[in-house]
Amino acid sequence: MDDAQKDRLRNDPSKAREYESERAADIAREETSGIAQMAPESQFVKRPRLSPLNKRRWQNFTANRRGYWSLWIFLVLFVLTSFAELIANDKPLLVSYNDEFYYPIVVDYPEEVFGGFLPVTNYRDPFVQDEIDANGWAIWPPIRYSYQTVNNEIPSPAPSPPSWTMSRDEACSRYPDGANDKNCTFGNMNWLGTDDQGRDVVARLIYGFRISVMFGLILTAASAVIGVGAGAVQGYFGGWTDLIFQRFIEIWSSIPVLYLLLIIAAILPPGFWILLGIMLLFSWVAFVGVVRAEFLRARNFEYVSAARALGVGDLTIMWRHLLPNAMVATLTFLPFILNGSITTLTSLDFLGFGLPPGSPSLGELLAQGKNNLQAPWLGFSGFFVISLMLSLLVFIGEAVRDAFDPRKSFG
Amino acid sequence: MTAKADKPILSVDNLQVAFKQGGKVQLAVRGISFTIAPGETLALVGESGSGKSVSAMSILKLLPYPAASHPGGAINFDGQDLLTASDADLRKTRGNRISVIFQEPMSSLNPLHTIERQVTEVLKVHRGMRDQAARTRTLELLREVGIRDPEKRLGAYPHQLSGGQRQRVMIAMALANEPDLLIADEPTTALDVTVQAQILELLAKLQRENGMAMLFITHDLGIVRKIADRVCVMTKGEIVEEGPTARIFEAPRHEYTRHLLAAEPKGRPPAANLNAAKVMEARDVKVWFPIKTGFFRKTTDHVKAVDGIDLTVRAGQTVGVVGESGSGKTTLGLALMRMISSKGEILFEGERIDEKSFKEMRSLRERLQIVFQDPFGSLSPRMPIADIISEGLKIHAPNLSADERDARVVQALGETGLDPATRFRFPHEFSGGQRQRIAIARAMVLNPRFVMLDEPTSALDMSVQAQVVDLLRDLQKKHDLAYLFISHDLKVVRALANEVIVMRNGKVVERGTADEIFDAPKTDYTKALMAAAFDIEATASGVISQ
Repeated sequence: MDDAQKDRLRNDPSKAREYESERAADIAREETSGIAQMAPESQFVKRPRLSPLNKRRWQNFTANRRGYWSLWIFLVLFVLTSFAELIANDKPLLVSYNDEFYYPIVVDYPEEVFGGFLPVTNYRDPFVQDEIDANGWAIWPPIRYSYQTVNNEIPSPAPSPPSWTMSRDEACSRYPDGANDKNCTFGNMNWLGTDDQGRDVVARLIYGFRISVMFGLILTAASAVIGVGAGAVQGYFGGWTDLIFQRFIEIWSSIPVLYLLLIIAAILPPGFWILLGIMLLFSWVAFVGVVRAEFLRARNFEYVSAARALGVGDLTIMWRHLLPNAMVATLTFLPFILNGSITTLTSLDFLGFGLPPGSPSLGELLAQGKNNLQAPWLGFSGFFVISLMLSLLVFIGEAVRDAFDPRKSFG
Repeated sequence: MTAKADKPILSVDNLQVAFKQGGKVQLAVRGISFTIAPGETLALVGESGSGKSVSAMSILKLLPYPAASHPGGAINFDGQDLLTASDADLRKTRGNRISVIFQEPMSSLNPLHTIERQVTEVLKVHRGMRDQAARTRTLELLREVGIRDPEKRLGAYPHQLSGGQRQRVMIAMALANEPDLLIADEPTTALDVTVQAQILELLAKLQRENGMAMLFITHDLGIVRKIADRVCVMTKGEIVEEGPTARIFEAPRHEYTRHLLAAEPKGRPPAANLNAAKVMEARDVKVWFPIKTGFFRKTTDHVKAVDGIDLTVRAGQTVGVVGESGSGKTTLGLALMRMISSKGEILFEGERIDEKSFKEMRSLRERLQIVFQDPFGSLSPRMPIADIISEGLKIHAPNLSADERDARVVQALGETGLDPATRFRFPHEFSGGQRQRIAIARAMVLNPRFVMLDEPTSALDMSVQAQVVDLLRDLQKKHDLAYLFISHDLKVVRALANEVIVMRNGKVVERGTADEIFDAPKTDYTKALMAAAFDIEATASGVISQ
């Protein structure tokens, strides 16, 4: 029945009876309407991209200006540091040599290519630089140090102070031609000084920020998956499953993680992934409580019984009907777990049980600051970066929590 | 009583109530006026969302201010304007000269305080009574509202009392200070019909004795006819008709009133056909929950929720299971559906299903469906209704393509009287009646043989109830369905059931065809149930619970 036909029926009283049955839905809607029972008009027939609830949550999130701006600042920092190799590196981004292009960041060229003899090219070597300049050109990243590049031309013994505390002559005093040397460029200055091994602090901060955030994100994501899964199973099945699992978690979480780390570090070489694995063994527990509680509560909801009566499998019920309930609690929690992971990594690095020596780590920078009180730029830069990162994440987390607050979402 | 009978104790003049929500202001009450004379009972009738409770709550300013506001109007109580009164003045009036009884007796009593403490509190606050005097008065009040052995009940906590007893305590608290006006906000909706009759009788008696005015808010016209002197019919925030009870019922003027009066579930099912094919058969079904005590959690006794029940449901027929809350009707239904474990033979289409495991049952679930009581709780709030309805299809007809599935959903929605174009909306965008239709569509899309209807109408407004009953009857006829209809509402059962089982404490009290049970009940219990449901009359205590 097309619209024209419908209109005709509507205007034709003799056909009104027939039309009644067609209009059953409309009549039902009209007759069931009080103010509270009236269904709100919706303009779309197609499913919206963002459900109305999520739309309101996003509005609540953006309404929190501090959280909103923190998210943007954090995203910018995160994206920039993700491409740390393009920002701070001891290799040029692009080299043109004898009319051929070379991409040192991607490919390790032996020095023979540029007339040397080392297996890997050291582009900071004046000999290589002269050779490239004579037969082509090179584009350097804004900062000409990677996190482990040692600056051999520091003006004062390491740790040397930030370049802005010195005159240009002073800063370049160790270069062969002094201030007129072609390497006496802005990108070769140590903007925030060097650490006690002559490595550039800015480069180490950029790489350190990246490794901290990456570590935090991976650890949080992995523990969320494991923790939510474990909590879901306990909450959904309850009974003995729940009882035994809970006792296991009590015993498990009472293992002293730090000692375990020390013991394992003595056997396995501590690297990024091993550290992550060990921390993961214990960090998933944090999620179990909330998720289990949500599942225990929601498994008796009538729509869950309804799904069970339809013959829906346990896994599907957990995934489709219960998990969305638990996600709100989990998501609110997530930024704070992320912060916790980052702090743990930093403190382990500070104590020297974290990432292997030479890794760009903020904790190690703090430890250097502690050992070199005569070089306050080390401690200060480490402190500012860590507190900026953690504050941003807390502000974002706070806004997320407010956005998911049911009193605000449904109010 | 100092006021003269012709001078109203309360007059509400052009009252407006607005709610602010998400920046928008919505008018929930659009200028209503009514008066109540001393000793008079005025009923405010309307369906949910009509603004009746909101109007009543604004008399004592119990709304969530500042989200709620009064753009206009005045409420005059015995010469005092309550809308502009100060908080201190309002507190003197609340619970003293105007008292309120709320709908839900469980949540309106503080679960952590004893009955004595809660009742004496009112006396101490408003009358400044000392402990001993307050205690004496409390005992007097509890006796007055019909609580047996009040001395023993003083130390009881709310959870130790039945729903009816809790509501009696609420009434005792409301009457403690001999108010001039009693506002009763659906005081019996959460109670069984038998208890409802007792409470209404009690309220009427107390009102007569104390000569107070009563504002009675309800959606149930049966109660109105029984208790009210005058009626105001409300819909969409306005009073559309006002008049003496008899006149309203005999000669309703407004269309909405007529619609409301005509809304009772009507029609009768065809007579029971005892030769139709048996779909569900149960013999001696028992559901016992163990009571475990002691350190080793040894089972010392059982709660016999369902205790040896035989039952046969035939194709195209409805068996109604009636009884008060706690009688085990829902437990029986869940046991038949194999949602909880039970003892005793259960045969579905001649096949033993009581020994099947939950996994083995899964393939049968296509033909065994449930429609739940609460349409707000039984639909997942995070899924569009198309997904809700097609969920069962994905399991039981996995070969269907997405388009075929969609076609089945559209067909099911059409069958249940919903517009298929709305299938991408979420449940919260539908009204209560529409949601119940969605729940029915979810059951029907699988073409079941047997449907358990667990109080499918009790969460709905009266006019919607009738529609849902009609829908269920049509679907039954069309698909030759077998229904197990569980309800405490005998009117709905009358309209749908061919056979009826009356349950009490897990046992069958009486069984028979609908006509036998409704026209000639044999046992006292069934008679009491009928009297309470159809005439709202309380039977002498002893036969039914308090």
